[in-house]
Amino acid sequence: MFEGWDAVVLARAQFAFTMSFHIIFPAFSIGLASYLAVLEALWLATGREVYINLFNYWLKIFAVAFGMGVVSGIVMSYQFGTNWSAFSDKTGPVIGPLMAYEVLTAFFLEAGFLGVMLFGLRRVGPGLHFLATLMVAIGTLISAFWILSANSWMQTPAGHAVNADGQFIAADWLKVIFNPSFPYRLVHMVLAAYLTTALVVGAVGAWHLLRDRHLAGARVMFSMAMWMATLVAPIQILAGDQHGLNTLEHQPVKIMAMEGHFQSHKDGAPLILFGMPNQAAGRVDYAIEVPKLGSVILKHSPDAPMAGLDTVPRENWPPVAITFWSFRIMVGMGLLMLALGLFSLLLRVQGKLYDSRLLHMFAVAMAPAGFIAVLAGWITTETGRQPYTVYGLLRTVESASPLAAPAVASSLIAFIIVYFAVFTAGVIYLLRLMAAPPHPGEQGPSHEVPIRTAGITPAAGAATEGAAR
Amino acid sequence: MIPIDLAIIWAFIIAFAVFVYVVMDGFDLGLGILFPLFPEKRDRDVIMNSVAPVWDGNETWLVLGGGGLMAAFPLAYSVLMPALYTPMIAMLLGLVFRGVAFEFRWRTTKERNKWDIAFAGGSLLATLAQGIALGAILQGIHVSGRHYAGGWWDWLTPFSILTGVALVIGYALLGATWLVMKTEGELRDRAYHLSWMLLLAMLGAIGAVSIATPFLHVQYTQRWFSWPNILLTAPVPVAVAAVTVMLLRSLANKYDYQPFFLTLALFALSYAGLGISMYPYIVPQSITIWQAAAPENSQIFMLFGVAVLIPLILGYTAWAYWVFRGKVRPESGYH
Repeated sequence: MFEGWDAVVLARAQFAFTMSFHIIFPAFSIGLASYLAVLEALWLATGREVYINLFNYWLKIFAVAFGMGVVSGIVMSYQFGTNWSAFSDKTGPVIGPLMAYEVLTAFFLEAGFLGVMLFGLRRVGPGLHFLATLMVAIGTLISAFWILSANSWMQTPAGHAVNADGQFIAADWLKVIFNPSFPYRLVHMVLAAYLTTALVVGAVGAWHLLRDRHLAGARVMFSMAMWMATLVAPIQILAGDQHGLNTLEHQPVKIMAMEGHFQSHKDGAPLILFGMPNQAAGRVDYAIEVPKLGSVILKHSPDAPMAGLDTVPRENWPPVAITFWSFRIMVGMGLLMLALGLFSLLLRVQGKLYDSRLLHMFAVAMAPAGFIAVLAGWITTETGRQPYTVYGLLRTVESASPLAAPAVASSLIAFIIVYFAVFTAGVIYLLRLMAAPPHPGEQGPSHEVPIRTAGITPAAGAATEGAAR
Repeated sequence: MIPIDLAIIWAFIIAFAVFVYVVMDGFDLGLGILFPLFPEKRDRDVIMNSVAPVWDGNETWLVLGGGGLMAAFPLAYSVLMPALYTPMIAMLLGLVFRGVAFEFRWRTTKERNKWDIAFAGGSLLATLAQGIALGAILQGIHVSGRHYAGGWWDWLTPFSILTGVALVIGYALLGATWLVMKTEGELRDRAYHLSWMLLLAMLGAIGAVSIATPFLHVQYTQRWFSWPNILLTAPVPVAVAAVTVMLLRSLANKYDYQPFFLTLALFALSYAGLGISMYPYIVPQSITIWQAAAPENSQIFMLFGVAVLIPLILGYTAWAYWVFRGKVRPESGYH
């Protein structure tokens, strides 16, 4: 396995592999933590039992997913040093502090309150418990803030200088943190996380509605998730468009690769819908294109000239095919999400939200769409940044550790074996939890006997609901 | 105005983070190492439940150690990590196995035994790798320019194996005394018994590492034994002896809390000993803390965060431990 691969390519494969596995879990837990906070808030505000049942139902799932996110994340924090030591030495003074702030402001907050969130409701009471849930949810968002700031700085570096040792140093921390692509990337990623979670919640709700369309918990979660899809999918498409325009301004070469624009177009570039990018020949084979539409989307004018990769030295080209295709997969998923949101809105207006098997089957099929879109989007942006780690300033080949290829190859094989073994099991356990319908008196991760609910039920509304039963 | 030496401040902060990690994750890895000695499901449930609410926070200190090192001493991070490549990867994989076991073992009956093995094996592997990494750092690392210049098996020597085994014994002792504190009845009696044996083994390990270290480099010998340094270094072994006596007494008297905290004191003293040996190097004999230090404005930028946030973190971490204080009983497990 991997004979003939050099150490840098192996290190890239390892980073791509471990990162792709990792990103799935935070993308899900960012959204799920917020959803749990909303469910608990609704429970506290209304006292309706269905909300605490749903909270406990999703809390068990959160516990498993969060654990997988933590362990795959520890790997990431050391991989910069093990496989990318030259990068760490050169950029450590700039992105190191951003990541240190992520640990200090986010990881500790999440980890510190997670125990109470998972196991502490009976020990601390509803008020403090809600605080813990809120801290975990806020922690996941703060974490996204810092890590996306660091990533964005690698894409659109700003506010830095270079010292005598060849290290990047910060000249202006605010410019480093709020570098040009950061606000766009942050919005795009957080919305992506929310959509990803909404699609999973919606799919689980729909799955149980297909079996029993009167199941209260399934109805509530399905309705909430479809609201998210209806409202957030269009916003996400707008945010993505803005992010694209920002990329065109700061990383035009990435856009050329995403669009498959090998040639420059003086009077309006086409939009290539599909085709086979041929990097060696410098053209897109079998292209299906709409004339002028590329310029309309990117420049808002049909005849606007657009430069192509023919204006860029070949050694600075990113791998075009990967960037081109992963971008299309992401956009395709986004359009499907929009369709699901609109379809559910239509049926909701007609009062058939819980009755349409077609909608429920569509929602079940869309369960992985968020994950696919997140992975495809990250592959687009990271591959499109190549051949650099710090865009335009530090090449990937100059970033790697001075390691022998066999060392990297063995660790890559070890990661592949371990991750498939461990995370396959984890996903099976998650699916098993999701396959069980939410039921009244749902318990959290605690295996305690269901007792003394009186002590934890919020006063408001509880009595009436109890009386109604 | 007295000039403030940021590099020294940051060396203490990183050392503090690593020590807090050892304090917090040490017992929690130790429980994994001891897991095979407690084959009963009931005991295993109690052992798991005694750390389930806090293990995640414990491991976050390891992330701070790594992330902080990259931020404050990027050169040291970029030299040490490739030098310790294999032990680091082994540690990370070990942590993956044991970390997921906390949740996975409750999600399956058929495969529970598999995740118990993952928990025990992962804990052992991670601990051994940490101990080996420590030994590999102490024995010195080949550096040329700003890069690691050795091979990928340099870390493996009899000395690093010794430190690896020593750490396994040490964490196991922390785990055993933690169980003394957190459990009752027969489980606690067995933890006492284990604590005795592990304490004797740990004293042997401290002795062996202390004797072997001065032979690694003449600088270590001079640091510890030359006049007038010995005035400052001599109190360390004296304190180790004093803590040992107190620890033996607390075990003989079957105290609940003292054995665990005295074991931590033993760790603190050993750790201080390491600091004395290494200072002022961060990569022994090659790179000092000043050479490795990040530019001042990076260190100052983070210092604000650390000054405000670390006390806050310690505060809410203490609260989380307080919420789950007291003995863990099988029938009232958190899981």
